Amino acid sequence: MIKTLRIIQVLFALLTGFVCKAQDVNTLIAKVKFNIDKVNDYQAIARMITNVSFLKVPDADVTVYFKKPDKLKIKNEKGISFVPKGAVSINLNNILSGNKYTAIDAGTDKIGNTVVRVIKLLPEDDNADVVLSTIYIDETALVIRRAKTTTRANGSYQLEMNYGKYAAYGLPDKIIFSFDTKDYKLPKGITFDFDDGTQNNKTTEDKAKNKTGKAEITFSSYLINKGVSEDVFK
Amino acid sequence: MALIIEVNHLSKKFNDIYAVNDLSFTVNQGDIYGFLGQNGAGKSTTIRMLLTLIQPTSGEINLFEKKLSTHRSQILQQIGAVIEKPDLYKYLSAYDNLSIFAKMSGIKVSKQLLMDQLQMVGLKERAKDYVRTFSQGMKQRLGIAVALVHNPALIILDEPTNGLDPQGIADMRNLILRLSREMGKTVLISSHILSEIELIANRMIIIHKGKKIVEGNVAELLDPAHTFIEIDTLNNTHSKQLLLQSKWAVFLQQHSGMQLMMNKTEVPLLINYLVAMGVQILSVNSSHSLENYFLSLTMQSRHVEAFAN
Amino acid sequence: MLKLLQIELFKISKRPRTYIAFIAVAAIVSIFQFAFKVDGQSYMDLMLQNVKDTFTFDRVQAINGYFMCYIILNTLLIQVPILIALIAADSISGEANMGTLRLLISKPVSRTQIILVKFAAATVFTIFLLLWMAITALFVSLFIFGIGDMLIFRTKGDESQILLITRDDIMWRYYAAFAYATVALTVIAALSLLLSIFAENSIGPIIATVCIVIVCTIISNINVPIIDKNIKPFLFTSYLVGWKGFFYIGTDIDGKTIKGSLENWPAIRNSLFILIAHIFLLVTAAVMVFKKKDILS
Repeated sequence: MIKTLRIIQVLFALLTGFVCKAQDVNTLIAKVKFNIDKVNDYQAIARMITNVSFLKVPDADVTVYFKKPDKLKIKNEKGISFVPKGAVSINLNNILSGNKYTAIDAGTDKIGNTVVRVIKLLPEDDNADVVLSTIYIDETALVIRRAKTTTRANGSYQLEMNYGKYAAYGLPDKIIFSFDTKDYKLPKGITFDFDDGTQNNKTTEDKAKNKTGKAEITFSSYLINKGVSEDVFK
Repeated sequence: MALIIEVNHLSKKFNDIYAVNDLSFTVNQGDIYGFLGQNGAGKSTTIRMLLTLIQPTSGEINLFEKKLSTHRSQILQQIGAVIEKPDLYKYLSAYDNLSIFAKMSGIKVSKQLLMDQLQMVGLKERAKDYVRTFSQGMKQRLGIAVALVHNPALIILDEPTNGLDPQGIADMRNLILRLSREMGKTVLISSHILSEIELIANRMIIIHKGKKIVEGNVAELLDPAHTFIEIDTLNNTHSKQLLLQSKWAVFLQQHSGMQLMMNKTEVPLLINYLVAMGVQILSVNSSHSLENYFLSLTMQSRHVEAFAN
Repeated sequence: MLKLLQIELFKISKRPRTYIAFIAVAAIVSIFQFAFKVDGQSYMDLMLQNVKDTFTFDRVQAINGYFMCYIILNTLLIQVPILIALIAADSISGEANMGTLRLLISKPVSRTQIILVKFAAATVFTIFLLLWMAITALFVSLFIFGIGDMLIFRTKGDESQILLITRDDIMWRYYAAFAYATVALTVIAALSLLLSIFAENSIGPIIATVCIVIVCTIISNINVPIIDKNIKPFLFTSYLVGWKGFFYIGTDIDGKTIKGSLENWPAIRNSLFILIAHIFLLVTAAVMVFKKKDILS
């Protein structure tokens, strides 16, 4: 009985996959983009948690500003925050802007319990910084759940998104942004540091593991299409 | 009469050399006590031991009839001293210097007291001036004021006339006499000049190479009738024992004999006494007065210096 | 004792050389402030040269009063021992040189008291010098550069770190750091005092103190395991920079800083104990040596 159910399940999955493929991935992207395009600008209040091996920072309350077509700024009004440069790509417009890519269907996958469609985007411009983007689209909610981007200069990064009440605008409640970091090295001989004897307790394995940085941005509220001044992007 | 200073068998060894060697002397209340000796004789070392600057190698010092080693603080409150040069804080005014040392002496300090003191040494007008602008004589006077400000019973002056002009020397002499006669202070004054001591001291000691040569009343010691005698006998140790039982005091015993100080008229009596006691006398020299003797010491040390140079 | 300390402080306050230290501190601090006001960004760029590609951050805010003070202290606290030595190494040798030591000792004050008072005076001087540093390096910097979150650049073992301390979590760290620095520099004062007993002018002990500090600091900074384990723990200079420990903020396992925390308080506390033990030993040695010393100056 259970076996039969499994088979049906697999068949169903294959079938939907086939149907969608038939539907054309470009149409799917267009649908997703339609939602995103509803947003001309926004100003969002968020909390950013940075997790990079050499950075010891507190959680930061940040404001995220966006303006069409591709302006995005993460600001910590009260203090200093290290904002990963690639984080501008949390603006999904940047990934889907224009039609200067070839979309290739790469089947389906699962994120949590949700079945998502995997689409690879190949830029048509051979000199573009982005070499390859892979997006994972929730076809029911018509939102991008995951995006992986490989660049020439800035390594690769990945976006992981959860949606809530702003899903209709394609705006996530939470983004986990993973990116490649280099080791930080202070110029030699600049500091005379206090050696508290705790230095060599990290194994080389630990160090190798921490090459990826993460920034987790949790949005608490968006102000959508209320206008954002150009000044904030300066 | 109270004993102000009592020094018993005091010695101080630096490395292997005795700077002071088995020195004993006493200073009575009201004395102006002359401490005479060549440079390097051990005067300064002795004075420094009296003031606890240097720790004795052996021997005992009593001041005001108390042991210095156990009653240091109590004793030092009653002593005023100028040790060698009257060095003071150059970057402070005369008034401030006086004030600091007065406070350190443990007395209650008032402006009036300090100004009176400065007036006494003729520095009232210069009270606010820095010591670095002072002449040697002015520093000496300020040093005296510092030594006297806490009204000590004993005043120790180490070569107080050094570097002073004749007028300054005369002033210093008068001041010391006044302190003794009018204020009843006991004064210990060191010098390498016999005539200086002769003019003011009532008692004195002469030391040479850390050892006592002679101690006594200045008038007696410098009496021209007194002569300096050297006796050599077959058995000096035995002879010394005999002399110690007599009225004559031996103040120095050397391998070549003993030295005594006495009135010329007593020399035959001394010889008779020794002969009667069965001592075999090898030689008796009665050559010169104490003054001449002291002078010969001076010459000796100069010769040594001349050779050394 | 208090009266003697007053006298000692009065003497120190009247000496021109006392103010050299204060002028030197003010001069060094203002040079720093001027340089950073004009071209602080270059320094920031140097420190951040290999994170520039990966991160952006508000650069103007990074150079603020708190950051400035840290940078200044980082440099200044290596030179300040010289300034402390200038006064402390003169304690006994200066009096000997001037000839006032004779008079001092012949007063009804014990030698132990003299050393303790000299030490106390040197400590008070140290405190005042650090207060002056706090005023010039911290408060004046805050006035010139404003407040903000603070970045700490640090080498820990063979890795480098950037720590971020929020502005509301900094002031207490400075108070603690200055208190720690007072203890650390008091060790220098005690060392200078001990050395000053052996000399009859202050140049020798000043140079000796500075040499000891420099040599030990160099050895403390040789990163060779055999030295790290066998020699470093016994050098007081290894603990002089312990004030920085108050700026090494504690983090959770994710590397997130915890407000109000310290990464390694036991290490700081142990350093403090070791420094205090040094002070105690040096002052005791000074008392013992001085009690036995014949004053021949």
